[in-house]
Amino acid sequence: MRSHFVLQEIWIGLRRNLTMTMALIVVVAISLSLLGTGLLFVKQVDRTRTFWQGKVEMSIYLCIKTSPQPQCQRGGPATEAEKAQLQHRLKLMPQVEKVYYVNQHQAYTEFRQYFANQPELVQDTHEGDIPDSFQVKLKNPQADYNVVASAVTGTTWVETVVDEMTILDKFYKLLDGARNAVVIIALILIVAAVLLVANTIRLSAFNRRRETAIMRLVGASNFYIQLPFLLEGTIAGLFGWAIAAGLLVAVKSLMLDSLGQYFSFNVGLSAGDLLEVIFFTMVVGVALCGATSFLTLRRYLRI
Amino acid sequence: MINFDNVTKVYPNQNRPALENVNIEVAKGEFVFLVGPSGSGKSTFLRLVLKEERPTDGRIHVAGRDLARLTNWKVPYLRRRIGCVFQDFRLLPNKNVYQNVAFALEVIGKHRRFIRKVVPEVIDLVGLEGKQDRMPDELSGGEQQRVAMARAFVNRPMILLADEPTGNIDPATSIGIMKVLDRINRTGTTVVMATHDAAIVDSMRKRVIELEYGKVVRDQSRGVYGQAY
Repeated sequence: MRSHFVLQEIWIGLRRNLTMTMALIVVVAISLSLLGTGLLFVKQVDRTRTFWQGKVEMSIYLCIKTSPQPQCQRGGPATEAEKAQLQHRLKLMPQVEKVYYVNQHQAYTEFRQYFANQPELVQDTHEGDIPDSFQVKLKNPQADYNVVASAVTGTTWVETVVDEMTILDKFYKLLDGARNAVVIIALILIVAAVLLVANTIRLSAFNRRRETAIMRLVGASNFYIQLPFLLEGTIAGLFGWAIAAGLLVAVKSLMLDSLGQYFSFNVGLSAGDLLEVIFFTMVVGVALCGATSFLTLRRYLRI
Repeated sequence: MINFDNVTKVYPNQNRPALENVNIEVAKGEFVFLVGPSGSGKSTFLRLVLKEERPTDGRIHVAGRDLARLTNWKVPYLRRRIGCVFQDFRLLPNKNVYQNVAFALEVIGKHRRFIRKVVPEVIDLVGLEGKQDRMPDELSGGEQQRVAMARAFVNRPMILLADEPTGNIDPATSIGIMKVLDRINRTGTTVVMATHDAAIVDSMRKRVIELEYGKVVRDQSRGVYGQAY
């Protein structure tokens, strides 16, 4: 049968230049892993950004009994009247889109949720230790933050004004930096992989020049002549991808999920995300190997 | 079957044309010897028939088809109807006799059942029965050429082209080779054979076309090698 013949030719080809094939598999594996890791980082940042998109940009924490700040020591915890006055002032400001009040009970519940994976911390903290706050959503976060913050800071019953946006800046910077480094290295390696595929196919074609010459003479169709080489390149690429997929699973479970521990909020990537990245790298890998094989053949096989 | 209409072929970087204004017509079932000194254009003629080269000028028709009109991806199908035999045999060294002949059928996608039926037949036809499992380096020159002819003929081509098939073979064995070619010709296959071998040409008395410096100088049915008369 024809398929038997083609498979046989592929197997012979792969075996004949085994060392080159293995080099090809390794390079494809590494470059696809790096590419996939870069993509995972991108997804992580996206997800984190989305999570925080809807949240507020500014938190105004009110003085409570245990607040250490000097203005709180002097003035004591914020009274209902003072809170109402602050809320009213905030609502009047044009830069403020929304204000809502989070009481101490709600604040405590949220605290327990966010720090769910640090049980010792949660145990030591009780309701009433977490201040109540005004959560402010600004119309134009970058521009208006300073205006509103300076208007509110200094009010004696305000403990702190927190810029929620900066908390994540470090995290974003870290991930962005890692992503850029990884992607650059991945691109370099992909170039190396392409060159290796081209060389491997060339070597393979050279090794089989006698058979190829006779195939052309005898009237084998161009497709039939090219097919074993194309499949050789693609199959080697697929092996490399399989290794890369395994590495990506390791990256996700070891690196990214443990990072989540440090940042204590639940924005980890799902299995679906991982599968998406793995699938994408497969498409890239197969397309690259296939296209390179095809183009190399056209140059060196005189078809 | 083969029709050369005022064909000229000039290879790049060469002053003298390999073929010049050649007009040849070969009918179906004919046996034609193509004779002439080295460089006279014999091999060029054969390569033009296979569309390995394109003519600089003129038209070529093979089996009624104008080669100039044949698209690149249709050329393989033309070559399936033409069998080729060379001076250096061109067998695959790591396949045995059966596999070498079968290769020609495998690469054009024939089924294994078909191959298993047809290959032994043609191996017998060339006189190599019992030697199916021998490797090429276990065969004599004459036997290797027979394998090549089996491979050329196994797909029952319309035309068989032979480029100095007896060039590497001693005179006595050459006679055996020519007998096979004759047998093939009798089945209706058109045979065109380029050769230096004067003895063979003289003994077979077939049509002789003589080329000199790319031009046809003689076209004689039942001819001999040299300008005897």
